[in-house]
Amino acid sequence: MIKHDLVIVGGGPAGMAAAVAAYDSGVKDVVIIDRDASLGGILQQCIHNGFGLHKLGEELTGPEYASVYEKKVRERNITIYNDMMVTCLTADKIVTAQGSSGILKIQAKAVILAMGCRERSRGALNICGTRPAGIYSAGTAQKLMNCEGYSVGKKVVILGSGDIGLIMARRMTLEGAKVEAVCEIMPYSGGLTRNIVQCLEDYNIPLYLSHTVAEIHGQKRLEGVTIAQVDENRRIIENTKRFIACDTLLLSVGLIPENELTKEAGIPIDNITNGAIVDENRQTLVPGIFACGNVLQVHDLVDYVSDEAELAGNGAAQYILNGGCKGDSVCTEAGNGVRYVLPQRVNTGTGKDVSLFLRVTKPYGKVRFTVKSSENVLAKAVRIKAAPGEMEKITIKADLLNNITEPITVELEEV
Amino acid sequence: MVYDFIIAGAGVIGGMLARELSRYNISVCILEKENDVSMGASKANSGIVHGGFDPHPGTLKAKMNVEGVDLLYQAAEDLHVPYKKNGSLVVAFSETEAEHLQMLYDRGIENKVEGMSIVSGDEARKIEPNLSEKVVSALVVPSAGIICPYELTIAAVGNAMDNGAELKRNFEISEIIKEDDIFVINSSAKEQVKGRFFINCAGAFSDKIAELAGDGFFKIIPRAGEYLLLDKSEGIRVSHTIFQVPNENGKGILVSPTVDNNLLTGPTAAKVDTPDDKNITQKGIDTVIEYAKKSVPSVDFRQVITSFTGVRSSETTGDFIIKASEKVQGLIHVAAIDSPGLSSCVSIAKYVTGIIKENCNIELELKKDWNGSRENPHAFRNMSDEEKSEYIKLHPEYGKIVCRCEKVSEGEIRDAIRRNPIALDIDGVKRRTRSGMGRCQGGFCMPNVMKILAEENGAELQAVTKKGNGSEQLTGRL
Repeated sequence: MIKHDLVIVGGGPAGMAAAVAAYDSGVKDVVIIDRDASLGGILQQCIHNGFGLHKLGEELTGPEYASVYEKKVRERNITIYNDMMVTCLTADKIVTAQGSSGILKIQAKAVILAMGCRERSRGALNICGTRPAGIYSAGTAQKLMNCEGYSVGKKVVILGSGDIGLIMARRMTLEGAKVEAVCEIMPYSGGLTRNIVQCLEDYNIPLYLSHTVAEIHGQKRLEGVTIAQVDENRRIIENTKRFIACDTLLLSVGLIPENELTKEAGIPIDNITNGAIVDENRQTLVPGIFACGNVLQVHDLVDYVSDEAELAGNGAAQYILNGGCKGDSVCTEAGNGVRYVLPQRVNTGTGKDVSLFLRVTKPYGKVRFTVKSSENVLAKAVRIKAAPGEMEKITIKADLLNNITEPITVELEEV
Repeated sequence: MVYDFIIAGAGVIGGMLARELSRYNISVCILEKENDVSMGASKANSGIVHGGFDPHPGTLKAKMNVEGVDLLYQAAEDLHVPYKKNGSLVVAFSETEAEHLQMLYDRGIENKVEGMSIVSGDEARKIEPNLSEKVVSALVVPSAGIICPYELTIAAVGNAMDNGAELKRNFEISEIIKEDDIFVINSSAKEQVKGRFFINCAGAFSDKIAELAGDGFFKIIPRAGEYLLLDKSEGIRVSHTIFQVPNENGKGILVSPTVDNNLLTGPTAAKVDTPDDKNITQKGIDTVIEYAKKSVPSVDFRQVITSFTGVRSSETTGDFIIKASEKVQGLIHVAAIDSPGLSSCVSIAKYVTGIIKENCNIELELKKDWNGSRENPHAFRNMSDEEKSEYIKLHPEYGKIVCRCEKVSEGEIRDAIRRNPIALDIDGVKRRTRSGMGRCQGGFCMPNVMKILAEENGAELQAVTKKGNGSEQLTGRL
């Protein structure tokens, strides 16, 4: 068994930003383990632009954004293990990884989980019908197109209006495919408004809200799908069924944080975010194990992943250097209209501002968010509109966190 | 060349028979209409080794099942096919059903099933704490087990091939002509194979094959069974296979762990027009969920990772049809093999060998060098970390994980593409290695599996298929 101060599981945007932050906070023995041949994670296949506007002040493609962080990693003396996958993590921070050089066992002082997320598959959806070729999760199609250089189909239906699906609608159109429809089972899209406009509306691709794919047709290769409208309980309305001929069905029906390692290590998971329960330093309930990026909560923008990873990197560095936060903490709770709040715990009396990240339960017009602990109002924020697809951030000032002992609740009211 | 034996169908029955015949100094050719073996009911069934209490005493089913269980476990050992003697429980929800359990018990005694007992609902819940509170009693059958049916078929065909049998894929029989005591078999793609004896193991299509051979005396009634397979996180709900009291539609909806630690629920039983009708239906999904929850209410169906349909090859008499043709000399039918066909596959192979000895004018001389064992395809998976590390140092391709959900290495995928019967398509790799069978259902690994397939076959990426010609994944270069 070898020893390292900090092991980071995953070399995508979260892992890289966390490594840089930890290094700059004073921990010099940092290792990144990544299962791919090169750093960057899923950004490597995201060749469209729109990355970095918030964080870097310029609009980059995915590979460009990744290369900014890869350069920062390479400038520092950070060890990188590529083509190596972590197969086991224990609560006492022993990391087992498998690669073409063999099996590596590392005793770490701290671990940052940055494994990202996976796409929900067709199987999980229980779509009726056959199971031919030509059905892809949107990200798989994106990889085959952008990394391998092949087209995956000519006539396309997309189920789900997640951002990857929207991006792929535009991408396939630009490569000469005809996108017949995007079906979204909810009465609103889960994607970013800018993607709806730039990827669908600009190309006259119809978005059918409250619609789903009811049946898949074709024995060998997909021959078509039956789409249908759904009622408020998301049940198919029989007389709205109609057939669309297509050779390709892309699924963009949600992202699931990849927390198998986390669960095996016995780290408690929040069953709304599907990520670990963490404090404002992104430390899980197992001291010394941190999590950030899409393995913790699915983010809208990579810029926010980088922000969150810096919190985890700094937190892990403090843990290694001085044991981290040891004071009291309170939990956070989602109140009226709020689906979840992250972090789920906040350390009090640390002298630092704490930002809460949250998503609303459904689309709203103008709303006011109130952050309270018992009767103490800690923060208020007004938004012109709010939607589940756009994460909200509300910051609590340090001095207001000094003496609270009751849970912090975030709720909204329509104004 | 004229083969001694032609076997139609590379399912578990055809495969196990080919393995049995490969013991002898005779030539065997298996014809399979699909791009891989195990593509019919052998790939999509419950994977249960039945104790043998269900078939009526005196039937071929009862005989084959009870004789077959230990033979099957032995074959699984020799072929390194994962199995587990986890035992089964048949649960009753009412006094009427409890009486039915007693009848099954008596039938089991008559069929010489060993070790059975009937326990109360509370005792059953001690054995399986997640069983429904409404279970009033249960029949415990310790000899029952679970096995991976497609791995068994792949291993049986592979072992037969290692011992000299041939496999011709994509050979859809369109014509069977008898010329001077020789069977001349033509395919829809205009290929031709000749053989002295012809054994019909064509599963759901065995009635059509019988008809082509001039002996169409039975009719297969295809019955579809839909299943929902759940994530490994649900595999812990039960350790035994939980059956409900059987009815005229079969053994009902079961809840069972699989050998790979997933949870399997199903099957439904619905008559379909053709064996190719493997549609997943809303009604089927709803039925599986309703009945599985009746046995084990805590099953979390949000953890479904895939659904599939298998088509049983049933026949009106309700028994297996295993006999030499009364009309066509040299033709043997092994048909209507629905449940407990998997449990019976080895005993059926031996029984058919007996029929051959009685009816076919051919000397069955044992090969001196026959090897009934097969290299363990899971040797790497089963190694300790230390052993793996040593092995990877010699074979670095086993270090690189391609399928992250099931932790399948590049070396194991290449083995599956090189070892009899070689995997030719993405689904074939999946059944041999589990690559793509996990939570993401191939979302991450499929492009890499495609690349390895293309490389191993010296083909373009575009030529790689999901399950044979016509199921290409890519439509062109950008």
